Amino acid sequence: MRTLRFLLVKEFKQIFRDKGILPIIFIMPMIQLLIMPLAANFDVKNINIAIVDHDHSSYTQKLVTKIASSGYFHIAGNNRSYDEAMRLIEREKADIILEIPVNFERNLIREGSQKVYLAADAINGTKSGLGASYLTSILADFNNQVRMEWLQGQPANIQSINVEVSNWFNTYMDYHKFMVPAILALLVTLVGGFISALNIVREKEIGTIEQINVTPIKKWEFILGKMIPFWLIGVFDFTLGLIIARFVYGIVPAGSLAVLYLFVSVYLVALLGFGLLISTYSDNQLQAMFVAFFFIMIFTLMSGLFTPVENMPQWAKVISNLTPVTHFVQVMRMIVLKGSGFADIKWQLLIEIGFAVVLNGWAVWNYKKTN
Amino acid sequence: MEKAIICKDLTKQFGDFAAVNKISFDVNAGEIFGFLGANGAGKTTAMRMLCGLSYPTSGEATVAGFNVYKQQDHIKRNIGYMSQKFSLYESLTVQENIRFFGGIYGLSDKALKDKSNSLIERLGLQAEAKKRVSELPLGWKQKLAFSVAIIHQPKIVFLDEPTGGVDPITRRQFWDLIYEAADDGITIFVTTHYMDEAEYCNRISIMVDGRVEALDTPTNLKHQYKVETMDEVFYQLARAAKRSGE
Repeated sequence: MRTLRFLLVKEFKQIFRDKGILPIIFIMPMIQLLIMPLAANFDVKNINIAIVDHDHSSYTQKLVTKIASSGYFHIAGNNRSYDEAMRLIEREKADIILEIPVNFERNLIREGSQKVYLAADAINGTKSGLGASYLTSILADFNNQVRMEWLQGQPANIQSINVEVSNWFNTYMDYHKFMVPAILALLVTLVGGFISALNIVREKEIGTIEQINVTPIKKWEFILGKMIPFWLIGVFDFTLGLIIARFVYGIVPAGSLAVLYLFVSVYLVALLGFGLLISTYSDNQLQAMFVAFFFIMIFTLMSGLFTPVENMPQWAKVISNLTPVTHFVQVMRMIVLKGSGFADIKWQLLIEIGFAVVLNGWAVWNYKKTN
Repeated sequence: MEKAIICKDLTKQFGDFAAVNKISFDVNAGEIFGFLGANGAGKTTAMRMLCGLSYPTSGEATVAGFNVYKQQDHIKRNIGYMSQKFSLYESLTVQENIRFFGGIYGLSDKALKDKSNSLIERLGLQAEAKKRVSELPLGWKQKLAFSVAIIHQPKIVFLDEPTGGVDPITRRQFWDLIYEAADDGITIFVTTHYMDEAEYCNRISIMVDGRVEALDTPTNLKHQYKVETMDEVFYQLARAAKRSGE
């Protein structure tokens, strides 16, 4: 235990004297937490629409006003012909074209139905896909409005099923609420993963590890001496992130902070074990950096942070569940958004404990004082 | 006479290449033993096996009475080691390095304080005690590294080219430190490329291509090879080497 104290004093002095590592640990994650949620926003707004109106009637006026006031669309142009509108798409000025045929109003009144033409630029699939579906629902709504006007006085004839959707846990479908807890998980992972992966290998590079290996120091003491400082840094970063989430995004964890911290504590042990394992296998920092980057990239993309794990094929789901990050992202969202309690996350906690034991055991085993 | 190191047919094989090929020698307790050889002769590999940093492929060796295969932890408690590469922590101060290494060898707080004061005084580093090691000139770093390597009063200290790249005056001072340590009863096992330093040793061995080709006092070796200087002894032996470079 006394040896451990000397190791910890040494590690902390080294960390706080390293001018290069301090901003990486303390400032970079905060900046990322302030910027990334703005970018990782999947709400589609400002879809540029080009309208080709061949009818110029009061109904088409109403329709265009309705589209413009929906909040999702920006009218990029009122064009005289489809070809003209197409040129807007080619110049990336428009995402979608709505063509309203001649006699739109007349046919709608006389025959009770009229087709419009809708063309979407599928290069940006998400934007045009969502745009088309928004537009379709606006048209359907418009259609209902028109029918209501005609059928005034005969409400009994209207037969329709109304589906009321209510969004639980994130009532206003605010993307920040969904993304910030997950991005916080990602940042803790990045900082913890990289600094631990680079540390032991750094001692290999400068040669101090030889001096350590020739002392009677125990392997677990050495690994623990590396682990504890990074663990504290991880918890510190996480706390700072929660504070930013509270004051910048107004996100207060719905669940218990104690359960949240319990989970983070275990997760960090697993993650740092992973970093140290990479460190024990690498010969130099460059190697460790690339290996860590490779794995953290996969972990992140497969974690369900950006895309739901449920959408992945079966084999990818299996891989996804074999990474510690997936469970962390999941639990972060469960506790922060839904207020899940200990009983709800106990399986994920057990899985993380499993990761922690295996990864750290492996790292201690693979760190050899004698080759 | 008590033996500090006993080596019998010690071998390290890397694939087909025998870096160290069946070397046998004894080092007496308290002596200054010079371990010479051209670059690539296998000195560092042999030394790493004796320090418990590397497993021998075959052969036997005991260091301070402990087996190199099974008792590395006992060996490590009883030896000091200074590698070719400077290996104190550059971002820690002189004092902090002394405290750290003393501490992990299990010195008490009082012993640490006394040791670090006397060590700093002996090296004349009073003004630099609170400076980071990275700011010291190489010669001072090497003297500090040596003092740190023997801070726990080991039975044997292994020095791998401790004076490489150091100026002649500092080299002399370094050897004064070595003599002081030897007077305290520490066995010195040292590799060097400087033949004047070889003359300072009680006995020397010369390795060529992974084997120990000569082992005796400097005087006897010169006599045996019928030459005036250790330089010439070394040339005669090393010229026959087939390996070259590191």
